[in-house]
Amino acid sequence: MQFKVLRGDTILKILLATAALFIIGLVVALAAELFLGSASSIHSFGPSFLIGTQWRSSQNVFGALPFIYGTLLTSAIAIVIGFPISLGVAIFISEKLKGHQTFGYGLGIIVDLLAAVPSVIYGLWGVFILIPLLRDYVETPLHNSLGFIPLFSGNPFGYDFFTSGVLLAIMVIPTMSAVTRDVLSVVPNSQREAMYSLGATDWEVTQKSVLPYARSGIFGGFILGLGRAFGETMAVTMVIGNIPNITTNLFSAGATLSSLIANNFGESTGIYQSAIIEIGLILFFVALLVNGLARFMLWRMTSGARGRA
Amino acid sequence: MTKNSISWMQNHVRRQLKISQNKNLDSSTVKLATKDLKAKFGKAQVLKGINITFPENRVTAIMGPSGCGKTTLIRCLNRIHELTPNAKVEGEVILDGVNIYSPQVDPVAIRRRIGMVFQKANPFPTMSIFDNAVAGLKLAGVRNKETLDRVAERSLRMAFLWDEVKNDLKKSGLNLSGGQQQRLCIARALAVEPEVILMDEPCSALDPLATAKIEESIAALKKDFTVVIVTHNLQQAARVSDFTAFMYLGQLIEFGATKDIFEAPKNPLTEKYITGEFG
Repeated sequence: MQFKVLRGDTILKILLATAALFIIGLVVALAAELFLGSASSIHSFGPSFLIGTQWRSSQNVFGALPFIYGTLLTSAIAIVIGFPISLGVAIFISEKLKGHQTFGYGLGIIVDLLAAVPSVIYGLWGVFILIPLLRDYVETPLHNSLGFIPLFSGNPFGYDFFTSGVLLAIMVIPTMSAVTRDVLSVVPNSQREAMYSLGATDWEVTQKSVLPYARSGIFGGFILGLGRAFGETMAVTMVIGNIPNITTNLFSAGATLSSLIANNFGESTGIYQSAIIEIGLILFFVALLVNGLARFMLWRMTSGARGRA
Repeated sequence: MTKNSISWMQNHVRRQLKISQNKNLDSSTVKLATKDLKAKFGKAQVLKGINITFPENRVTAIMGPSGCGKTTLIRCLNRIHELTPNAKVEGEVILDGVNIYSPQVDPVAIRRRIGMVFQKANPFPTMSIFDNAVAGLKLAGVRNKETLDRVAERSLRMAFLWDEVKNDLKKSGLNLSGGQQQRLCIARALAVEPEVILMDEPCSALDPLATAKIEESIAALKKDFTVVIVTHNLQQAARVSDFTAFMYLGQLIEFGATKDIFEAPKNPLTEKYITGEFG
């Protein structure tokens, strides 16, 4: 008599485990490749690579700091502009369009569509539309009226940190608002009604009941958007000017980790190529660090026996 | 049930209502009343013209089988029903002589005067026990620490929860048991000192011990509040209420002193329901 049968369950389990292991293997392979490729650069330049501010490939002088700075600055601008807008879009769709689901659904689809536009299209649009628009109607007035503030002190040129940040903001809005919208829409109605029954206005219900309930999910959307901003290459490369720069002046050209790689990897060899791979390694770690930090904060926020009511 | 027997029932209900409304039920005054109240979800008519009065400082129970419209009725009383998409209300709800559905009345102001406790305990998960208790007060703009402390203690005591949580006020409300969470929600509703407290099957998710605790607090509440409680638990209606309304298929079948309803129901449907023949 047979007691054990190789059932479909077991086969499925093996298949699923393989898929999961494949992902782990992929991450390990990726990290290993980056480490191997950048080994000679790490060996030659050591930690000074991270804090060096000069990048002259002809003289084999490589410093990553301007690119780290460019990545962080443009992402910060993107988040500062994009997050409030995303939150507004999400609140509007989930809280204000309650009785008009078709319209809310349609608006949601349009937002999602924005996420599907290839980034090179954003780049082209940035070059031909956004740059002249921002330069003439935003940067120049800001510079003329608030030029004494270091942020706006530079002569508006268009190809700069500011334009890159705005373009990135437009690109992270679909991600952030879609996640936020989904998170808000799963807040139980009993939470809203509880606040309404205490005599709250619509906005008080959103602000004091819905948003706090959904805060960890909103934070998740924030991080996803930040991740997108960090990694986004093509569009930024097209509008940032690609000059390594560390300055508080937002109207100055700059470069990001990913734009550097995109611009130079093709023609690089030897130690130069290794240095560029090390830039990739840094990007990998910056992304890892931010995600890790976000998860840690999320964990802190959700721990303390905070489940779901 | 055939169409004929329904229309017979409706006429019968109308006759009964006239009788019960003419009778001087109690010496207390009417706090809240509805006049031909109709409610809809889209095309489905859930309430088909309800006329009922809720005496001041008394507990009125609304009972009836599932789907009879009792929850919708209570949700019309503080204008929560209309927040649901496609929900509509017609008719009047009169609080102290004023129709709360008249255009110049702000539902926000009404909900401060008519508090609500829901079927499932719904404390705010990101707030501490203390902040839950005074959430409504903070909405009303109260910032004074002493006032908040005093009101939190008072309302938690009224909800018979104070002794169990007084040392854990800063902890999350989610650490509490289901029954404690529901009493926290009662305390939260009481803190804003509404005139009427609506309770929508507040014990339906609770064990008998927690239910007893809540019933104890309901009995104490009528000293200061007018209480309307929806229940499908007959024993609960008998235990806690002074008046009982029986609803069926969106209509008020019978309303009267709880004792009369349970000992001498006038409508055969009511009798059938309380003897357990349907429900």
